[in-house]
Amino acid sequence: MANTAFETPVYNYDIVRRFTIATVFWGLAGFLVGIILALQLAWPEFNIEPWFNFGRLRPLHTSAVIFAFGGNALFATSYYVVQRTCGVRLWSDGLAKFTFWGYQFFIFMAGTGYLLGINQTKEYAEPEWYADLWLTIVWVAYLIVYLMTVIKRREPHLYVANWFYLAFIITVAVLHIGNGLALPVEFTGIKSYSAFSGVQSAMIQWWYGHNAVGFFLTAGFLGMMYYFVPKQANRPIFSYRLSIIHFWSLIFIYIWAGPHHLHYTALPVWAQTLGMTFSIMLWMPSWGGMINGVMTLSGAWDKLRTDPILRFMIVALAFYGMSTFEGPLMSIRSVNSLSHYTDWTIGHVHSGALGWVGFITFGALYYLVPRLWGRERLYSIKLVNTHLWVATIGIVLYIAAMWVSGIMQGLMWRSYDEMGFLQYSFVETVMAMKPYYIIRVMGGVLYFAGAVTMTYNFWRTIRGDVRNENTDFKVRSAA
Amino acid sequence: MSWTEKHQKLEKNSIALLIFIIITIMIGGLIEVIPLFRQETVIEPVSGVRPYTPLELIGQNVYMRENCAVCHSQQIRPLRDEVVRYGHYSLAAESMYDYPFQWGSKRTGPDLARVGAKYSDDWHTQHLRDPRSLVPESIMPTYEFLMHKPARIYDIDKHMATLKKLGVPYTEEMIKHAEHDAYTQAAGEARADTSGLMERYGEDVNARDFDGQKFTTSEMDALVAYLQVLGTMVDFSEVEQIDPDAKLEEPEMSEEVTE
Repeated sequence: MANTAFETPVYNYDIVRRFTIATVFWGLAGFLVGIILALQLAWPEFNIEPWFNFGRLRPLHTSAVIFAFGGNALFATSYYVVQRTCGVRLWSDGLAKFTFWGYQFFIFMAGTGYLLGINQTKEYAEPEWYADLWLTIVWVAYLIVYLMTVIKRREPHLYVANWFYLAFIITVAVLHIGNGLALPVEFTGIKSYSAFSGVQSAMIQWWYGHNAVGFFLTAGFLGMMYYFVPKQANRPIFSYRLSIIHFWSLIFIYIWAGPHHLHYTALPVWAQTLGMTFSIMLWMPSWGGMINGVMTLSGAWDKLRTDPILRFMIVALAFYGMSTFEGPLMSIRSVNSLSHYTDWTIGHVHSGALGWVGFITFGALYYLVPRLWGRERLYSIKLVNTHLWVATIGIVLYIAAMWVSGIMQGLMWRSYDEMGFLQYSFVETVMAMKPYYIIRVMGGVLYFAGAVTMTYNFWRTIRGDVRNENTDFKVRSAA
Repeated sequence: MSWTEKHQKLEKNSIALLIFIIITIMIGGLIEVIPLFRQETVIEPVSGVRPYTPLELIGQNVYMRENCAVCHSQQIRPLRDEVVRYGHYSLAAESMYDYPFQWGSKRTGPDLARVGAKYSDDWHTQHLRDPRSLVPESIMPTYEFLMHKPARIYDIDKHMATLKKLGVPYTEEMIKHAEHDAYTQAAGEARADTSGLMERYGEDVNARDFDGQKFTTSEMDALVAYLQVLGTMVDFSEVEQIDPDAKLEEPEMSEEVTE
């Protein structure tokens, strides 16, 4: 494959460059807020009331990482992939640019709102009604740009990456509208009340919440995987038939999994059981996707030794496989009775977010940046390797600390002394967490440091610098 | 391979693909969500649960604004240690007037579903202002500023009218007297006539000066009023009588509780 970026001016790379820069910026911001939150949990003195208390900063972290970092990465890669695999330029440059500024404005509006105390309290859907409405408009524009580009494609077949991106875009629209239904107190005011209360609002929230994981953080990033892994490995995807089976089973089964967030609650037991059953079934399509990605390297495993970008993608798939095994495990009622409400959940989320979402994004960005800016290769391949190892050690520290603290706290809550009384007061279980919270801070700092080296590498790459490296890496960074 | 050939039709027709995706993703959600709107099968009837008073509603809005639910759950599971630690497991009816639910998903701090009436108002106020003055090992942020922010009473009637539209049984009478009821509840019986408030919301309403600042109705007043009512509405002596079979249908749960 030749780099057609500057030979044929048909593709709109400007919009991809914008979203790429936004991805890096929001990634750094989101990781940094995460470190602050980790510090607050270890040392409460880091809370500064009222704007920088934990409760207000926490949605800033989750939104910045999921929707700002992850969302911009999905915009960037989907706009790149849809053009390359359809062989046409984006349908409308103007509307695409609107999605860029519209989406950044949404993030700004949501993020500043959290600090000021504007919050619907639905996890991962905290923005108030007016921001939700604005996001709906931006998202419909995104769907139109994407779909119209697909429709005018030159390739007769739509490549599998696009199925995933399409499923991601349309399902997120359905989830966002369904969960966002609310009645504003005044149309000139900020406050609204959710259209649903109690049990119904819990079910709808976790139908949304788990599928934010399933479609935003999984389907969208699988689309990324299906394009960039074969590209970087320079091999076709392992199995076309596996792609079909795992695509349809993944999107069908994911939707049912939400109620596993509500085990042992006032939600009717039949719904909890359905959620658990489908969560366990979800293991299969998830691993189908992992196998399809990893086995793409079949016959070319040596590339892992020489290509740290490919290594990023494969480690991402390994984390994906691990967290999609852990997830079904945690959805089993008896396991959930221990893990729920503890840090185990937080560790699980981060093995998925830092390991899978983060690493597949970093891999895609390392692939994209030299091509988007027309550089021969990255400034430094060695730094990519440094990033990989620093970040991996960071993730391992993070999730290991959360496994220990989560399981320990769960067990302490349910231990009894010889008289049959509860053995520990709540605050004793909080005190026991402290060493692990400090380890988590260290893990987060390492992950952030990795992202800083990536940013430096991109900055030098974009400037056109090439580091003179004595390495064995023979990377086709722009072959 | 006939089925892959069939699938190729979808790959060539993006609109058909889109429609198939939408159908596929709607099935699970509809099956799990729609039946929950037959309230009588979801919420077991209990006596005592009432809509929040205006002051409690303002307090809940403070609770939501500060995002307390990210660290404090309000959902006690029917597990032995939780029932011992926090009290009777949570019933669906207890959150039926929460728009949206405040069950939470993480206990960085303890569950609050039944925190009402367990501690004094002074304890809550002091604990919110400076948690470590009472619990030295606590990692909770401080909320001193709530003492100095007046409660948002002026438009609470509009909030109640909105909730009424969504299904909360607020009466016209309640909405009309909302502002007055909020001030009265935070002033207490000693300094105000609470008979109207009691008439509208019941004799058990906590009407007193919650934050110890006599002449202001602060957000601290509202938040403590909200905390003090949590989990106190249901008459549990009646619950067992009303529905003795409910627990038998869920052997797993009763086992956990009585183990």
